[in-house]
Amino acid sequence: MTTDTAKEFWRWKEYNWHDSAADPKSAEIITAGVDVGSVSSQAVVLLDGRLYAFASMRTGSNSPDSAKKAMNWALENTGLTIADLQFTVGTGYGRVNVPFANRAITEIACHARGGNFMYGPTVRTILDMGGQDCKAILCDENGKVTNFLMNDKCAAGTGRGMEVFADLLGVPIEEVGELSLDVDEEPPPVSSTCVVFAKSEAASLLREGWSKKRVLASYCSAMAHRVVSLLQRIGVVKDFAITGGIAKNRGVVVRLERELNIKALQSKYDAQIAGALGAALFAKAMVEKQRKAVPQ
Amino acid sequence: MKANYGYTDGSGEFYITIDTDLCVKCSEHWCVDACPVGLFEIIVDDYDDEVAAIKDDHRKKLKYDCAPCKPVSGRPPLPCVQACTLCAITHSW
Repeated sequence: MTTDTAKEFWRWKEYNWHDSAADPKSAEIITAGVDVGSVSSQAVVLLDGRLYAFASMRTGSNSPDSAKKAMNWALENTGLTIADLQFTVGTGYGRVNVPFANRAITEIACHARGGNFMYGPTVRTILDMGGQDCKAILCDENGKVTNFLMNDKCAAGTGRGMEVFADLLGVPIEEVGELSLDVDEEPPPVSSTCVVFAKSEAASLLREGWSKKRVLASYCSAMAHRVVSLLQRIGVVKDFAITGGIAKNRGVVVRLERELNIKALQSKYDAQIAGALGAALFAKAMVEKQRKAVPQ
Repeated sequence: MKANYGYTDGSGEFYITIDTDLCVKCSEHWCVDACPVGLFEIIVDDYDDEVAAIKDDHRKKLKYDCAPCKPVSGRPPLPCVQACTLCAITHSW
């Protein structure tokens, strides 16, 4: 029998997708991007620059293995293998450990490029809320980075911090955002300096009789507040978009929008694949560059 | 691009900013030799430009690494800032 204490509330759903209507055999350029993050890994495959397949899964203890698993899962049932990819770019924390990558590019450049693709050329500020760091990126209309700021000093304000809270409160991670918005009055934020302090503060609040929803609201608010200070340092320029796993947490997004007094752009694409998508777009640009250098 | 290397913690903001649009015009790279701690290195960035960057292992301890050049009183000009003839390097603290 599974008890609540044995459940892993932080564990989010892994998924893959491919466009069954597209025919990879007719594509001229097949490129891929792999984003091996500290918490999750994504693989994206493009056919002539159009999104064809992707997968998102947890990063294991071995980066090369995680990269391979993510790519193989993205390619599942497509008829393609890693050998069919003409150029692959690795990005993220484990980018130098992607065995089948032709080049490694930082996730900052990849999120800017991917964000430009997903949200359109009007996007100027991209907030990437990753597993263990948070990046504020300014970019131009081509998705080229013009300024960036990163805070990877601690887990507060990151996906991993949110997982810790989901587990502490016994709330599935996917439900955290909505539950945190279901409060009559916005509680004061918990400590946003350190997730370990925030966790012990939350435990005290629960003992004082706070509801789980109120504690979650307090943590989402703290996370938004922490990220806002990062964004304000760099300066938020419209349009604004959020990438990374936390973009799916409405509790944080709504509070961020409230504090910044700006609406985040929405996209039909999955915000968590932005890094890998940007990497695949870089890969396509490199194939084209190579072709120009060596005429066919 | 303005590349900000550093962090914010409970004691303040510690960032070194390198304007790579200016940095790319320099071929001398005086900053690398000017820093007594050896914080700077020359890298090829994501856009294939050869620019200065802060070494990875120093990025989370800039407050301490830069301390010798930043006495509490009578602060002299910073060697890295002085060495950069294109004024591409700035410190936030």
